[in-house]
Amino acid sequence: MSASRLSRRRAITLAGAGVAGVAGVAAGAGALARGGAERASADQGAAAGAVPFHGEHQAGITTPAQDRLHFVAFDVVTKDRARLVELLGEWTAAAARMTAGKDAGVIGAVGGVPEAPPDDTGEALGLPPSQLTLTVGFGPTLFRDAQGRDRFGLAGRRPAALVDLPHFAGDALRPEISGGDLCVQACANDPQVAVHAIRNLARIGMGVVSVRWSQLGFGRTSSTSTGQATPRNLFGFKDGTANLKAEDGGLLREHLWVQPGDGPDWMTGGSYLVTRKIRMIVETWDRSSLVEQEQIVGRTKGSGAPLGKGDEFDEPDFAAKGDDGQPVIAATSHVRLAHPDANDGARLLRRGYNFVDGSDGLGRLDAGLFFIAYQRDPRKQFVPIQTRLARNDAMNEYLRHVSSGIFACPPGVRDGGDHWGRALFG
Amino acid sequence: MRTTRFLVLAAAGALATTGLAACGGQEKDAGTADGGPIAVKASDTACEVGRTELAAGQTVFEVTNSGAKVTEFYVYAAGDRVMGEVENIAPGLKRELRVELPAGTYETACKPGMSGKGIRGALKVSGTAATVAPDAALAEATASYQRYVASQTAALLTKTEEFVAAVKAGDVAKAKALYPVARTYWERIEPVAESFGDLDPKIDGREEVVEEGMEFTGFHRIEKDLWTTGDISADGPIADQLLTDVKAIVAKANAEKLTPLQLANGAKALLDEVASGKITGEEERYSHTDLWDFNANLEGSKAAIAALRPALEQRAPELVTQLDAEFANVETALGKHRDGDGWKLHTALSKAELKELSDSINALAEPISKVAAVVAR
Repeated sequence: MSASRLSRRRAITLAGAGVAGVAGVAAGAGALARGGAERASADQGAAAGAVPFHGEHQAGITTPAQDRLHFVAFDVVTKDRARLVELLGEWTAAAARMTAGKDAGVIGAVGGVPEAPPDDTGEALGLPPSQLTLTVGFGPTLFRDAQGRDRFGLAGRRPAALVDLPHFAGDALRPEISGGDLCVQACANDPQVAVHAIRNLARIGMGVVSVRWSQLGFGRTSSTSTGQATPRNLFGFKDGTANLKAEDGGLLREHLWVQPGDGPDWMTGGSYLVTRKIRMIVETWDRSSLVEQEQIVGRTKGSGAPLGKGDEFDEPDFAAKGDDGQPVIAATSHVRLAHPDANDGARLLRRGYNFVDGSDGLGRLDAGLFFIAYQRDPRKQFVPIQTRLARNDAMNEYLRHVSSGIFACPPGVRDGGDHWGRALFG
Repeated sequence: MRTTRFLVLAAAGALATTGLAACGGQEKDAGTADGGPIAVKASDTACEVGRTELAAGQTVFEVTNSGAKVTEFYVYAAGDRVMGEVENIAPGLKRELRVELPAGTYETACKPGMSGKGIRGALKVSGTAATVAPDAALAEATASYQRYVASQTAALLTKTEEFVAAVKAGDVAKAKALYPVARTYWERIEPVAESFGDLDPKIDGREEVVEEGMEFTGFHRIEKDLWTTGDISADGPIADQLLTDVKAIVAKANAEKLTPLQLANGAKALLDEVASGKITGEEERYSHTDLWDFNANLEGSKAAIAALRPALEQRAPELVTQLDAEFANVETALGKHRDGDGWKLHTALSKAELKELSDSINALAEPISKVAAVVAR
């Protein structure tokens, strides 16, 4: 009992190599290069291991995308600023423990007195850290709520880049699963570990915050590292081939991390998060022909190569024309409209997840993509890109955007004396 | 009504020891009065209890379910009074039950499939438990809460009599008006009442918990008739039975003393009632008078905490401050929905209003869940 109290999960040590964050990516890529059986076992070890919680940036952004997601948005229900700050401190401590594979509280799931409820809910007992990352963000309503109130004296600190997203053509947003004052993104290679983390944070937050909505994702749809194979979304296509990746050094500064002078100092080193729950009408998609599907996407379904090219990572040739004189990659294709060439060079770091929330009562799967994108400035990145896609993307026939969120994710928690939101509330 | 019973009523003699046993030392806490946990092998057809004669004091049962069905394990005193129970033991799982047993004869029961009387066995407890000198403030808590139970059960009896008379007189309007009032006194002390085995489902059982071979009776049966058809012409015998059952439970409740630990768990159990049954509108699905019950549960919880207050102020003053603030917060949130002397119907509240109530109950229930350990230390 006492052993499991100290460390819930038998942390799989990774031979001292920090297999996490940007540093870990290089190690991961190295392991891949070795190939064969060695590669398989290295991958397995990494998948179970821990991602460092402290650092310059929050983990869970360039961390190689884990397989599972539990995302939650909270409303702040207290009016007491000091209690909110106290909670952010408690959350930070719990997050540091859970990402290291330990119980949420210092006593643990089974270590306390029998009369007290345990300070960890227990469902992750015996599970490894599973690369759990917890990433926090602040929504526009934290700074000024829907009634225009500045509840916590933060209105003057709202970054201009934290815009209220405009209405995009075709949006069918449900307010009750959109927005939120705070968000936490939990990613892990074991869904139980991700759910455990969110559940415990929600519990710790009772009386201060209340769950507004939450979303499970069962499979990643993006790679955030060159060491990862490109996964497929529920349309059956590879997704995220041209994503920003952890190895992209200079590009990350340009497109991902908030730089000094961009806005308020508290966001320097942070990133802006946009979430969109995109329902896919998979039943009608599945009835469309292969050639139609490929023209809509702009890539081949098998290899993921741009149409007219042979390899997934070949650059698309948007000027190429077919025998009929029409562009090989259609003007309304997703890959063309989303490509940096069509968006003044704007790029996103996407780390979305497939979801199936049961069925919709009409004999259809309630399925789709929970889109997650990180960026330096949504005004220059997500908003113009999505405006273009919403107007022209041939894929829209099969999509419904039902939930939307935007959050300012502050820089990383530096050490044990730091906590989420310290600079914002300081 | 809920199927779980949080409060375990011990006989008066056990009062001084229950909840204070944790002060008695680690070795005692870890096992059983006369050496180690008692293994219980539960299957779908058997319930083997490792030892069936024990010394008085704290006993730990380790129940292992080797069957294919989910099971439960109970220790009953005479009349199927629940002394302790552990529920929802899935196949292959081992669960622990800690229970304080004074000398007497008991029955153990495994309930594979979680229904019926279960597989019974005899259990004999003898001797006297080593007692720790009770804290004066905690002793007073018991006496104080006992007075509260006496006052509530007296009112419960009076109001039930009036309700029953109205039903038998065929006065639908009067019966409807009295229904939530009589239930208020029930809901304030609900965890106490629930510990008396079969009486609780007869008085407060909802339609879906009635098992085959059992009649749907009690408050909710009459509620259904009052609010759906308005025809209570055949409800006379049910009303008579309700009064008989309420009289029986009132007598039993007044004969019991609750330990401080049971008070603490009861305060939490009442909020669990709100969170799981009243917020959702499940409890009063025909009359929609759930907010009456909500308020009564809240008052009952507050009364239990009030009885413990002197002890809590000595041991955990910061927790008392937090509880005061959160009780006030719930009362404010609920107070918005007053309607004259009573409460708005559950159906009149928007989802956002219900969420606000739910948030406030969660904010209170989390610190209340810490009270038991404070009392036990």
